[in-house]
Amino acid sequence: MRLAAAARLWGPPGLLLTFALHPALCLRPARTAAPPHRDYCVLGAGPAGLQMAYFLQRAGRDYAVFERAPRPGSFFARYPRHRRLISINKRHTGKANAEFNLRHDWNSLLSHDPQLLFRHYSRAYFPDAGDMVRYLGDFADRLRLRVLYNTTIAHVTLDKDRQAWNGHYFILTDQTGQAHRCSVLLVATGLWVPNQVDFPGSEHVEGYESVSVDPKDFEGQNVLILGRGNSAFETAENILGVTNFIHMLSRSRVRLSWATHYVGDLRAINNGLLDTYQLKSLDGLLESDLTDLAVVKDHEGKFHITLKFFLEESNQSADAITLPQDDNDNFAMRVAYDRVIRCLGWKFDFSIFNKSLRLSSSGEFSKKYPLVKASYESKGSRGLFVLGTASHSVDYRKSAGGFIHGFRYTVRAVHRLLEHRHHHVPWPSTEHPISQLTNSIVRRVNEASGLYQMFSVLADVILLKENATAFEYLEEFPMQMLAQLETITGRKAQHGLFVINMEYGRNFSGPDKDVFFYDRSVGHTEDAWQSNFLHPVIYYYRHLPTEQEVRFRPADWALPRPTAIHHIVEDFLTDWTAPVGHILPLRRFLENCLDTDLRSFYAESCFLFALTHQKLPPFCQQGYLRMQGLMGTESLRRHGIESGLLRDYATVGRPREDGGQRPVGSSPAPGLPVQPLDGNKEEL
Amino acid sequence: MQRTAWKYYPRQQDHNTEQNREKSPACVQLQLMMSSSFNIFRVGISVVIMCIFYKSAVDSLSELSPQKYFSTLQPGKASLAYFCQADSPRTSIFLEELNEAITPLQDYGISVAKVNCVKEETSRYCGKEEDLMKAYLFSALLFNEVKYITTLEDLQNIENALKGKANIAFSYVRAIGTPEHRAVMEAAFVYGTTYQFVLTTETALLESIGNEDIENAHLYFFHCKQVLDLTLQCRRTLMEQPLTTLNIHQFIKTMEAPLLTEVTEDPQQVSTVHLQLGLPLVFIVSQQATYEADRRTAEWVAWRLLGKAGVLLLLRDSLEVDIPQHSNVIFRRAEEGVPVEFLVLDDIDSLISHVESNVHIEEIQEDEDEDTKSPNMDVQDDEVAETVYRDRKRPLPLELTVELTEETFNTTVVASDSIVLFYAGWQAVSMAFLQSYIDLAIKLKGTSTMLLTRVNCADWSDLCTKQNVTEFPVVKMYKEGKNPVSYVGMLGTEDLLKFIQLSRISCPVNITSVQEAEEYLSGELYKDLISYSSVSVLGLFSPNMTTAKEDFTEAGNYLKGYAITGIYSEEDVLILSDKYAATLPALLLSRHKEGKIESIPLANSHAQDIIQIITNALLETFPEITVENLPIYLRLQKPLLILFSDGSINPQYKKAILMLVKEKHLDSLTPCWLNLKNTPVGRGILQSYFDTMPPLPLLVVVNLHSGGQVFAFPSDQAITEQNLLLWLKKLEAGLENHITILPAQEWKPPLPAYDFLSMMDAAASQHPTRKDPECTKEMDVQENDKKQHEDKSAIIKEPIETLRIKHWNRSNWFKEGEKSFRHDNKEL
Repeated sequence: MRLAAAARLWGPPGLLLTFALHPALCLRPARTAAPPHRDYCVLGAGPAGLQMAYFLQRAGRDYAVFERAPRPGSFFARYPRHRRLISINKRHTGKANAEFNLRHDWNSLLSHDPQLLFRHYSRAYFPDAGDMVRYLGDFADRLRLRVLYNTTIAHVTLDKDRQAWNGHYFILTDQTGQAHRCSVLLVATGLWVPNQVDFPGSEHVEGYESVSVDPKDFEGQNVLILGRGNSAFETAENILGVTNFIHMLSRSRVRLSWATHYVGDLRAINNGLLDTYQLKSLDGLLESDLTDLAVVKDHEGKFHITLKFFLEESNQSADAITLPQDDNDNFAMRVAYDRVIRCLGWKFDFSIFNKSLRLSSSGEFSKKYPLVKASYESKGSRGLFVLGTASHSVDYRKSAGGFIHGFRYTVRAVHRLLEHRHHHVPWPSTEHPISQLTNSIVRRVNEASGLYQMFSVLADVILLKENATAFEYLEEFPMQMLAQLETITGRKAQHGLFVINMEYGRNFSGPDKDVFFYDRSVGHTEDAWQSNFLHPVIYYYRHLPTEQEVRFRPADWALPRPTAIHHIVEDFLTDWTAPVGHILPLRRFLENCLDTDLRSFYAESCFLFALTHQKLPPFCQQGYLRMQGLMGTESLRRHGIESGLLRDYATVGRPREDGGQRPVGSSPAPGLPVQPLDGNKEEL
Repeated sequence: MQRTAWKYYPRQQDHNTEQNREKSPACVQLQLMMSSSFNIFRVGISVVIMCIFYKSAVDSLSELSPQKYFSTLQPGKASLAYFCQADSPRTSIFLEELNEAITPLQDYGISVAKVNCVKEETSRYCGKEEDLMKAYLFSALLFNEVKYITTLEDLQNIENALKGKANIAFSYVRAIGTPEHRAVMEAAFVYGTTYQFVLTTETALLESIGNEDIENAHLYFFHCKQVLDLTLQCRRTLMEQPLTTLNIHQFIKTMEAPLLTEVTEDPQQVSTVHLQLGLPLVFIVSQQATYEADRRTAEWVAWRLLGKAGVLLLLRDSLEVDIPQHSNVIFRRAEEGVPVEFLVLDDIDSLISHVESNVHIEEIQEDEDEDTKSPNMDVQDDEVAETVYRDRKRPLPLELTVELTEETFNTTVVASDSIVLFYAGWQAVSMAFLQSYIDLAIKLKGTSTMLLTRVNCADWSDLCTKQNVTEFPVVKMYKEGKNPVSYVGMLGTEDLLKFIQLSRISCPVNITSVQEAEEYLSGELYKDLISYSSVSVLGLFSPNMTTAKEDFTEAGNYLKGYAITGIYSEEDVLILSDKYAATLPALLLSRHKEGKIESIPLANSHAQDIIQIITNALLETFPEITVENLPIYLRLQKPLLILFSDGSINPQYKKAILMLVKEKHLDSLTPCWLNLKNTPVGRGILQSYFDTMPPLPLLVVVNLHSGGQVFAFPSDQAITEQNLLLWLKKLEAGLENHITILPAQEWKPPLPAYDFLSMMDAAASQHPTRKDPECTKEMDVQENDKKQHEDKSAIIKEPIETLRIKHWNRSNWFKEGEKSFRHDNKEL
């Protein structure tokens, strides 16, 4: 009886199950062996990949890093060829502030572990690349980051799925054919494919990636180097003393980083050849489009430079080919070279990404980078972010986003964006009463490293609360995404906002600028807007700018035209804490934006205001009235009286013999009590 | 110069309306916008002009032909008409503003219209455009302040109406809309509540009061207030300077000044408003014997010199300074450092002419955009920042506190109970508090077990963030390195000391015997602490009242450092509850000053309620109000009844007020007293209430939270219970007049900021090349190199110069020196 009942009950569900399984099995056979899933996949265990892994790990996210090499930082294991990094390792700044010190530490990644600062890994100002490899290895190990080494991702495709966070999954296939399914793909593969120029005879050219680094191999040779970046000059520097001469040939003129304020341009440490060129020591620089060239090898194995044009005319033997000097006997490159070396940099490896990802290159000026939005998300597929050096299209030749000391912050910004997008964790912020507004800004512009390194890319944002009695402070937001701030951060910007950015003076930086011109420094607060060196700029908006406004902003503006703008005057020491030179004008600016009085007052003044005014200034409201007034000391009070900002009430208002004449400055009109402080007088 | 509040509200029709109803022709002739038959005494607005065509420039302004304009005028309604000739850029800006003003003006019953003037139109009302510019809005807002008249009769009517009441400022301007008209309107804006402003454009009227000079604007001051006999004419003083806002202001100031002042001081020391206005002083030297006659002479002279010099009567007898025997007049110039002149003059005319020939009336040109008048924005007006800066070179004995770093912080706060001050070296408020903190360290030197430490967050930013410190200054107390307690009291030595001392005992203290409890209540147990808290709180619980005990303990923890709390829950707790008539669970409050112990039942009170009960219990019924304790009493949100006393309070008064409190007459007030010896800033308060220091003691009621009225108890009455009660009743009934109303205005920015945006715009428009984006390709740059370079140096230089000229404080050598020094530095 019992058994029978059970069997009867069991029957129909079993049938249903079969029906249910049927379509799944038939239609999606691949799903039977679904690839392992990760929420976040990071491609590449270089500095950017490890940096992202760190933030994901701290947030407790499901992630993996895929690295084809057995250890992190494989690029640094090979490059730079001459092993000297040009990112500075400043071990002393005279300051204890760790955040400030990161302004001058170009190699460390961000972490909570003070042992993981690069200064513990090298004493050299320009450290050895081997130390970077060691550092990255330690970073991954000490923080126990989940890196899958020896895993080469050969192919990335999209798999549409409505359930997925972004409407699709990224399917990564490694060298063994194993697939990995990811909700979010973070590409931190860097730029590693050497740039090559295709011209006749380019097979005779040695590449930077394989050329000998032993100067002995260049003894008494004539060398031609193609390129004018740091790798070209680094190569030249190495052999400068042993060659007959070095000629450098490149498409455009050399850009000196101290003139452009861009660390990717030629750094002074590598520019020894400029010196010998300008002092006529046989070395030289030339400009020409490399694609017009041809290299011809003669019977002695020497190389001659000619034009592609001549080559097309006759396909004769090497010695018969027309050379420019045949017509033009003072042609600069008429000598024969023993070696031609190509040092043309690297580009992003687009090859592993399936077309469906629509990962395209960034256009004419930054072909070597994939195209991304200011939020570092690919324009082609949602959920694909490009990190690190490969993300440099956002601020190419402007800021430091292509370098460790820059992208460590942009990676953090991407992580904050993801935390809000997928985990409802709003962008971190601190909330303060409005009386702390000036302080918050002064603090950040004086210590924040992200603002300083990623100037004009990442900016702090202050969101005002209703009636401007309080504000929220958000750090290091990608400023070109300002219009989308609310969706990206999950914070509300209904009542106006300030944006704090660091900027060089307009027209100050550039390849041809004389950055040493007389009068280049500005010392007067009223001329602050003409400051040339990196200085804080504060934008005030009554409303969040729209996407249109951000996109169609004036050409030389970092942001759309604000309601008001303030420049804190540049400072030789980059220390913006001078009470009158820096803080006072900032306070006046903030006061006038908010139409309030942001001065601080001693408790005694607040006491007086409390009994003689119906309203109190914010400092008294938010301090004194909450029993946190500033009492001050006798010596401060004496200074206050001397300065005329405080009154000595013990001597005030004693009845006088002269018929009760009022002391100077007392109120002549009834109903309007004296404002005892200078500067609070209403002006006509 | 201060302004009265903006007055938008139309006053009720004044009594002149009816009687002037018949005078409509004058109105039309006068182009008064107050339409037709009404109110010739109210200046409506501006001018009507015949104009024939109109062209649409501003759509939202109704544009009218004259005929239409007049047909739309309604009796009794004000309207604002703007007459324009063509749409010049300047008028457009004005029109934009006018446009914005339409809705608010309509709310006040003023309609707005624009009337176009044709260029050929020769009518005076169209006038020259410059003259027409600014007057309208002033007029629009002021139509009640200024009466517009056309006949002598009108003037006499006003004069008669105001005799014995108020003085009149009567002015003639050639046309409405002229700069003089504007100056008068601005003056009316400021002084309109004090004086009756009367305006005319009628040359006949000017001539009829004896002035032929119809080409220029004139202003007369009619001294009507002191005229009590209605048959007498008001005395008139003609202002001799041109009508500019500043001159009118100066002139009115001198009219306000006492006509004649008697002094017994050294003439060199005397100061009156005249000197501040740049006018000289004339001392008529008198002596006891001839006092009466001299006084009459002096008054006569004073009237003659009114507006030109200050006249004082100097009594030679009571003067210690030597005055030459024969001199009868002393003349003192306004310029500082010029010695006084001793004169011997025979008659009044020679005196007058001497003064007049010596008065150097400085022509102060007014210019709206004059930079010389702009305040110096670089002068520190933050009292905390300024005092800290001035004190920066005084070395502080910082070594009395332990400076902590990222490395030493954790070990230190674990090793010993510590107070940690988190501050930032660049922040003025925390540096000011650091001084108090050091003073505290000096006080506590060698006596406290508490380690005083500090962390400079400018150096140890991460440490401060980890300790959740994002604002400065913050004080935290660490006991055994954990659960730091944030100090939330006044940032001063005394209050922090109190916190540290009261934190020494656990909170609540566990009392273990009845005897100990009695000692606790009597203040014997913590003798040294009762000077920091005059109330001891004891919670009484039966041993089994666990929840109640927990709540009380939580409340005690919360009040740690601010109150003395104890807990008793032994088996014999009934001994105490019986003795103090308390029902368990209960609170005993022992007020040590008064020697009283009261009990409060605690049944079903949660921790939050208990905190509230204890906090309220700490308030006194008639406290001496101080800078430190005012905020606690303000929280009660009641009007304050303050007895100002110079020194200790008279026990009689205290008794009277306490009696009233007891009888619950003061429940709606917070009674308190203020000792000017302890709280000298009280003088500043009295001064703002009374202008001059009133005799003390003095009782006032300050309605801080609703309305801001201040009432003063009549000083001729004795402060007794009865008088006070009577006065308070009258107050309540609204029968007392307030002596002043506290200003309710918001705290605005004390000074403007640099407008960098306009500076950038100005530079950009001067040098359009500058605006050009640098989008030229690198390749092209090469060719442009030289040219750009030259451009650039010019660009950099010129705007700096033009803008600098604007800055008024340019000649500051110190700054210039500093600047060149900076250059040198950068060269290095």
